[in-house]
Amino acid sequence: MVKYVFNRILQIIPVVLGITVLVFFIMRMIPGDPAMVMLGQDATPEDIARIRAILGLDRNIFVQLFSYIKNMLMLDFGNSIFLRQPVLEVIKASFPATIELAVTALIISLIIAVPLGIISAVKQNSWVDYTSMAFAQLGISMPVFWTGVLLILLFSVKLGWLPSFGRGESIIEGLKVLVTTGSGEVLLASLKKLILPAASLGIMGSAMISRMIRSTMLEVLDSDYVRTARAKGTVERKVIMKHAFRNALLPVVTIVGLQFGTLLGGSIITESVFAWPGIGRIIVTAISQRDFPLVQGGVIFLATTFAVMNLLVDVLYVVINPKIRH
Amino acid sequence: MKSLFLKRLLNNKSAVIGGVIVIIVIMCALLAPVISPYDPYTMNMPDRLQGPGGSHLLGTDQFGRDLLTRLIYGAKVSLQVGVIAVGLAMFVGVFLGLIAGYYGGWTDKIIMRFVDIFLAFPIILLAIAFVAALGPNTRNVMLALGMVYWTSYTRVVRSSVLSIKEEEYIMAAITTGASDIRIIFTYILPNALAPIIVMATLGLGTAIISESTLSFLGLGVQPPTASWGSTLAFGLKFIRDAPYLSIFPGLAIMLTVLGFNLLGNGLRDVTDPKLTRK
Repeated sequence: MVKYVFNRILQIIPVVLGITVLVFFIMRMIPGDPAMVMLGQDATPEDIARIRAILGLDRNIFVQLFSYIKNMLMLDFGNSIFLRQPVLEVIKASFPATIELAVTALIISLIIAVPLGIISAVKQNSWVDYTSMAFAQLGISMPVFWTGVLLILLFSVKLGWLPSFGRGESIIEGLKVLVTTGSGEVLLASLKKLILPAASLGIMGSAMISRMIRSTMLEVLDSDYVRTARAKGTVERKVIMKHAFRNALLPVVTIVGLQFGTLLGGSIITESVFAWPGIGRIIVTAISQRDFPLVQGGVIFLATTFAVMNLLVDVLYVVINPKIRH
Repeated sequence: MKSLFLKRLLNNKSAVIGGVIVIIVIMCALLAPVISPYDPYTMNMPDRLQGPGGSHLLGTDQFGRDLLTRLIYGAKVSLQVGVIAVGLAMFVGVFLGLIAGYYGGWTDKIIMRFVDIFLAFPIILLAIAFVAALGPNTRNVMLALGMVYWTSYTRVVRSSVLSIKEEEYIMAAITTGASDIRIIFTYILPNALAPIIVMATLGLGTAIISESTLSFLGLGVQPPTASWGSTLAFGLKFIRDAPYLSIFPGLAIMLTVLGFNLLGNGLRDVTDPKLTRK
């Protein structure tokens, strides 16, 4: 297993390199002179020359690429033109907000999807099954930004229960305040701002995960060992939770892991709807400001995180699957 | 054979419901100038932000334009972007899948490494990167989505080719001296078509969601062109006074995507007898 994990980690190196090269060349697809595109028609030749020097555009494209990769290995993604600070600093400041959003969304997805998937499978072809799968089908068909808009309409505009945009202190900070001072106000304020964006992403995730849980549960419920457990007179609840669900969990781990990546992608959009100060919103804003070093660094960073998540899922799958552990 | 396929398709509830929704959306797109009650671009400020009902069934937007008309024209834009993006992705993806699967070896390895790199991105992130570089407009959205979605076709076609090329009739074609191009396009491609059609149908729904997402973020179809995503984004500014501007465009996107998803699922069930959905 150690050998497998080691090999899998090695495999990620060319993927990250490929991501960097691809994003680098995509950013070079800008029609015309990128310096001119960034500065607009009114830019002076001096300004254009300055930006060209900052971006290294005055050098051969392959020299630019090798220089970018070399700098990236030292965690130097260049400087944001608009924010006038290192891209890595901008990423570091915004990434925790994205992770907080994606993790909370995943938790919400699981809270909705696990019971829904299990009940649908156990009560196959009943009204419960049809209703929950209709919910899943609608969830897949709804654009995530619209789910966000509907939640804002209901919980912010109509009921006035929750704020519709922005982020408070981080949840960790809120917990720290709770532990040190005993006051839960900071945590509560943070949770109030987190709940709507996380729920809109979570609903999207739950639709996919519940379908997956249902189909794997159906397969497991049809297996010989479940039949044997029932024949031995095991209580149905125990059959479902101990025998069926535990075995159905294995493929679900894969889909949940991949779903986390999808939630990272979805967070780009959700962050824009809810003005959530994460890396996705930073990228979208950077595009409108034509801050290409920030767009390039942000996209490479998010894609690399996605690739690392896939690696962790693969490794976790091997660790928890006794059939392939050795 | 054809009538059997149609019979099975018409017996599939998912395919029928999806098909009906898709036909309605296509009719809206094709007959937009005929069935629309108003012009989608003419501003009428005295009528701005009128609620649903009266002479404007779904209300008017911030410029007094009829929302229903803009949604009908939006169907045209969404379908156009979806069809061209999926067509492009299919063309590139199927071609590379055929080459990778048929020739194997280094050709296969190189193509599949490219696929791995593209798959390392969340799809919408890669589309955003392409649009950021190319510039936000309708043509570039089609291009960007085409460049993002080709990988799934390559993977599916490649695996189909790997199994088809071991069939006896392919061996027979090789021994008769048929050229590679003839074998690929006459014998292999027709046998790999079913999963491609299913993927393309499901892909249309995904492409429509992606287009509306890019337009919502201001990176897709640009105003004044009527697009569901941008209409919704502008409606968000009036969410307190005119919530219908945010509700109806989203509903249009959801129903259309639902239609393509149901039709795709139905087609999958009908074309793949092994895949009896539970």
